[in-house]
Amino acid sequence: MTSPPSVRPGYWTANLRYLAILLSIWFLVSFGCGILFADALNGFRIPGTGFKAGFWFAQQGAIYAFLVLIFVYVRLMNRLDREYGVEEE
Amino acid sequence: MNVQAWTFTLVAISFALYIGVAVWSRANTTRDFYVAGKGVHPLANGMATAADWMSAASFISMAGLIAFLGYDGSVYLMGWTGGYVLLALLLAPYLRKFGRYTVPDFVGERYYSKTARVVAVVCAIFISFTYVAGQMRGVGIVFSRFLEVPIEWGVAIGMGIVFFYAVLGGMKGITYTQVAQYCVLIFAYMVPAIFLSILITGNPVPQLGLGGADLVSGEYLLDRLDGLHEQLGFAAYTDGSKSTLDIFAITAALMVGTAGLPHVIIRFYTVPRVRDARISAGWALLFIAILYTTAPAVAVFARTNLLNTVSEQPYEAVPEWFTTWENTDLIAYEDHNGDGLIQFVGPDAIDDSGRPVENELTIDRDIMVLANPEIAGLPAWVVGLVAAGGLAAALSTAAGLLLVVSSAISHDLLKGVFRPGISERGELVWARISAAFAVVLAGYLGINPPGFVAQVVAFAFGLAAASFFPAIILGIFSRRMNREGAIAGMISGIVFTAAYIIYFNYVNPAANTADNWFLGISPEGIGFVGMLINFVVAGIVSRSSAAPPEEVGRLVESIRVPKGSGPAHEVSA
Repeated sequence: MTSPPSVRPGYWTANLRYLAILLSIWFLVSFGCGILFADALNGFRIPGTGFKAGFWFAQQGAIYAFLVLIFVYVRLMNRLDREYGVEEE
Repeated sequence: MNVQAWTFTLVAISFALYIGVAVWSRANTTRDFYVAGKGVHPLANGMATAADWMSAASFISMAGLIAFLGYDGSVYLMGWTGGYVLLALLLAPYLRKFGRYTVPDFVGERYYSKTARVVAVVCAIFISFTYVAGQMRGVGIVFSRFLEVPIEWGVAIGMGIVFFYAVLGGMKGITYTQVAQYCVLIFAYMVPAIFLSILITGNPVPQLGLGGADLVSGEYLLDRLDGLHEQLGFAAYTDGSKSTLDIFAITAALMVGTAGLPHVIIRFYTVPRVRDARISAGWALLFIAILYTTAPAVAVFARTNLLNTVSEQPYEAVPEWFTTWENTDLIAYEDHNGDGLIQFVGPDAIDDSGRPVENELTIDRDIMVLANPEIAGLPAWVVGLVAAGGLAAALSTAAGLLLVVSSAISHDLLKGVFRPGISERGELVWARISAAFAVVLAGYLGINPPGFVAQVVAFAFGLAAASFFPAIILGIFSRRMNREGAIAGMISGIVFTAAYIIYFNYVNPAANTADNWFLGISPEGIGFVGMLINFVVAGIVSRSSAAPPEEVGRLVESIRVPKGSGPAHEVSA
């Protein structure tokens, strides 16, 4: 293993901050809207469709949100890598 | 052409395609064999990961399970997709930067311990074998139903194909074959789904059709299904009947288990750069999501169709598919009240005078997807296509798992522990021998299933969640985590989870009810508790033992930064 490249402090903290925010959303859309609050949300409908909101989050919405989260993370991290000059050639 | 002729033709064409791809992309070095030379484009890797991940269970069983479970089926949908967020954010980029070949490589090196490596190898082999036996069984079912050959022959043919391209092609052959298999399986899944969606709701997009109105009654499809369920004494489709805590635990165990499965993790070693590892988790989830957002729609279409087709119909007049599946014992009808009509009802069903009605129909959940095109009266080629898709899903997953077993034996055990001086050529020979051995053993298990394949698959998730996931996460995010903590954590997590599952499934199955479960968490979800135990034990033990050596601290610093991946971390194999 080579010695670690010297990195300006702040890179790892910024990474952890992104993770905290994105994983909170991850938790909220799946365990929150899809499970814990599903019964309450089922009192509402996704406008113009037959979906009860809690059911929709559990079987559709959470999956769409997961996808968005990963692509947002990729963008954020690629930008952060460039900012700190640690991107790959 | 009839159904059987179509099935033969489509299956033969798809098999020829896989073999052609495997010959074109065979492996020449151990790097090719284990990680496809690390030269796979992220998009192709995403597609291969999707095919690898979506097994016969996703393709054949999942929509059927959801059709019978309703809202409770959401645990599979969220559980088997949400894990990719954890993979992309917490594991894939760091493991790619670490840049070896296998998961035990990471565990062994990060925790500077052969014991830790051996514990990891044993977990990897056990998890992969339980999985692969299920895949071979899926192959057997498709062959026996659609090609009318005995299950043994079906398994043997499947083994032959996998043997050919896994042993010859290694990861490189498997990756490009899986790309082809993804295309076959997603096409085979979407065509009947789109047909059904148009037939039932008039909307060609199944994800929208699911929220749309039924063409016949004009009511929303989901409301209509809830109504039918109430009328027939089932729990409402959109409500479900498991406890919230259990749903929570099962979902968490499946998510974390997904992120801890060695055959999924290993895929992220195959791409050229760290940034490719991040994005290829995204592509993988996109390709998986196409099927996973369609599955709940297929489930509702199938459920509605089934209730409309069989409920209160005279048994004499059942359609042809009903009789075909009866012959395979996957549908059974017993006329309890002697009226000649089929009563397909739930536990709460009562008739007009308030007396309970007995259910007369049992349907194996696994046949919903396979029978769906026939139930809806779709053309014969669609039925054949579904068979080819089911085979693609089973074979691609089996091949990926066999590679994990083979690399665990030749790379982690032989080179890593017993014969460190082995040459590259020798290691490649051993990799092929162990792949061949694994194929034969998997085939044997497929023909003589241990009787608990379905349960053991859930078992594999629980074990992965309770063992690998915490060990890897702590290895990346905690510099202080040491050998003692990781080993103690992995062992306590695994032992707790395994003991709980074994107790309720084999020692005392009579007690396997919600009243006796720990906090009402079923054995399916207990891996989540096992994971928490692993984290806590690892934390306590590591604080009370010596800090890891300095070079481990440098290793952790190094994997946290993308720069310098690739050649700098090349292994001289």
